[in-house]
Amino acid sequence: MTGARTLFEKIWQQHLVRPATAATPAVLYIDLHLIHEVTSPQAFAELRARGLRVRRPDRTLATMDHSTPTTPRDQFGIIPVLDAQAAAQLDRLREHCREFGIQLFELGSEHQGIVHVIGPEQGLTQPGMTIVCGDSHTSTHGAFGALAFGIGTSEVGHVLATQCLLQQRPRTMEVRVDGRLPHGVTAKDIILAIIARYGVGGGTGHVFEYTGPAIRALSMEERMTICNMSIEGGARAGLVAPDDTTFDYVAGRRFAPRGAAWEAALARWRALPTDPGATYDRVITLDASQLAPMITYGTNPGMGMPIDARVPTPDALPEPGQRAALEKALRYMGLQPGQALLGQPLDVAFLGSCTNSRLSDLRAAARILDGRTVAANVRMLVVPGSQAVKRQAEAEGLDRIFRAAGAEWREAGCSACLGMNDDKVPAGSYAISSSNRNFEGRQGPGARTFLASPITVAASAVAGVVTDPRPYV
Amino acid sequence: MEPISVIEGQIVALPMSDIDTDRIIPARYLKVTGKEGLADGLFFDWRYRADGSPNPDFVLNRPDVQDATVLVAGPNFGCGSSREHAPWALQGYGVRAVISPGFADIFRNNSINVGLLPVQVDAATYQQLVSLFDEDPATRVRIDLAAQTLTLPDGRAVSFPIDAFSRHCLLNGVDQLGFLLGGADAIAAFEAQHPIELDTTR
Repeated sequence: MTGARTLFEKIWQQHLVRPATAATPAVLYIDLHLIHEVTSPQAFAELRARGLRVRRPDRTLATMDHSTPTTPRDQFGIIPVLDAQAAAQLDRLREHCREFGIQLFELGSEHQGIVHVIGPEQGLTQPGMTIVCGDSHTSTHGAFGALAFGIGTSEVGHVLATQCLLQQRPRTMEVRVDGRLPHGVTAKDIILAIIARYGVGGGTGHVFEYTGPAIRALSMEERMTICNMSIEGGARAGLVAPDDTTFDYVAGRRFAPRGAAWEAALARWRALPTDPGATYDRVITLDASQLAPMITYGTNPGMGMPIDARVPTPDALPEPGQRAALEKALRYMGLQPGQALLGQPLDVAFLGSCTNSRLSDLRAAARILDGRTVAANVRMLVVPGSQAVKRQAEAEGLDRIFRAAGAEWREAGCSACLGMNDDKVPAGSYAISSSNRNFEGRQGPGARTFLASPITVAASAVAGVVTDPRPYV
Repeated sequence: MEPISVIEGQIVALPMSDIDTDRIIPARYLKVTGKEGLADGLFFDWRYRADGSPNPDFVLNRPDVQDATVLVAGPNFGCGSSREHAPWALQGYGVRAVISPGFADIFRNNSINVGLLPVQVDAATYQQLVSLFDEDPATRVRIDLAAQTLTLPDGRAVSFPIDAFSRHCLLNGVDQLGFLLGGADAIAAFEAQHPIELDTTR
């Protein structure tokens, strides 16, 4: 095939084992398969039942993150797992990795962490790859110009056994972000604004490609924050074309190519960006220079607004289903139509998750917390995304700043983002969270979540109420 | 997987948009290593009150819908987390098909892989089903997978989309893995010329 192609089309074509036919979908090759304890056990059981092996253990890597505790280590340096069900799930992952020859980053070990933090950090995530994981936030890895998306457990089994997936080809959507971010407005605010404007189903059936000067200006960690929440806009994957920012990030990491292999990879990677004149199925735009810090008020990430705006009124919505959803959301959140969120009292502040738990997130929050204290009515949890992030943060003294401010400094994991372990927001309590989902009960049964950027979380934790971070930065 | 040809059953409507998979089954029910018992966690925080008693206001707790096998739900059903536990829980509860104006991508794939039929209909048909359920909770529909039609009580047949391969798998009760395994030679040939190198075991 000739002609101008998008980044997505190039990666897709480079991974077609078999193109689609009238009777069958395309067979797509997967370069990297990341697994964790929660969505893999039933897939391994299926392999065992059929007497199958893992086709490419050398393309598979496991970590422990979802159901693991983030509580401090004991006197032997071990993170105790007190939940018997979680412990059994972790044991099963150990067994499966041993049996099938898969490298496992064991709980508390040097490289363990949230699956979407460790992939990039270890240099496993590289431009032009196809990457999957039984987790919807696999879209994070798209920040490197890799086609990365979440899959279910049946598909985890397919990839373990064949390194391939049957795929219907998605459509493409350019998400162009023009302008320059104002002071105190972050990558998290860009993606929350996109989802607020285009809805949680706006990207269904599509792969996003984020383009434009505002995206080019972002660091890799900021690009990861944006791609991470593509799924919250309904798109299974989000891409950013690789550039020197990408290559500088990947260079020298543990699993990155070296020497002649690096040069060859670099030549391939430089050919990946969308060709001039290539077209997308749809184009949407956003002007970054018009953005304010964002916050959500409802029970899906599309229910978001500028932090100084007022909660919308259900009557203003055209569709009865939407109206019902907003009414139910406001009832759940204990909020009134038309009320302001600035000044709303808080109980919990959570800094963590695969969206915002990287070093730059912790540094930004620490700059605000340095010399200040978390308000007495707020419990603040700071959960680094990986053991490597934790070590580096400690080397820079960030842990001392968080502790001195009265925040809890925890071990790495998914933690209160989804409340599978004991890190939960109590029923009826209000949390300001740097995570990705404000669904009913997501952070614990009855928990009420406001999604925001790390600096909004930090400023609000200090004030004890929802607070505009701009005067703090 | 059980083959599906015709699903004929009572509907139950949950007329809300963007029902996410955390709603369908909260994360705390995901600490399992099998697929059994997940129906106990289905819509848990809607089905039960904080004290553990059934919530009489939640539609699935109504005595007149206990035999329903077809869930009618608002657009973007199954958004959010990729957990296959969501279709497993629905299936374990007795749901055989979900009718909606739209499904989230991962949920649709997962449903087809477990043999739960996603039936996508236009907004008017969806609204009609919700009204029919409001008027008469005993409303039944007929879904013919081979013909790709949903037949309403008034006899009107609406067609719904499904790709040829998924339809074949569901009609015959076979899964995709067998097909993928059958292409092992093509996979090996692809690997031999694929330039991307990586060794995660080192």
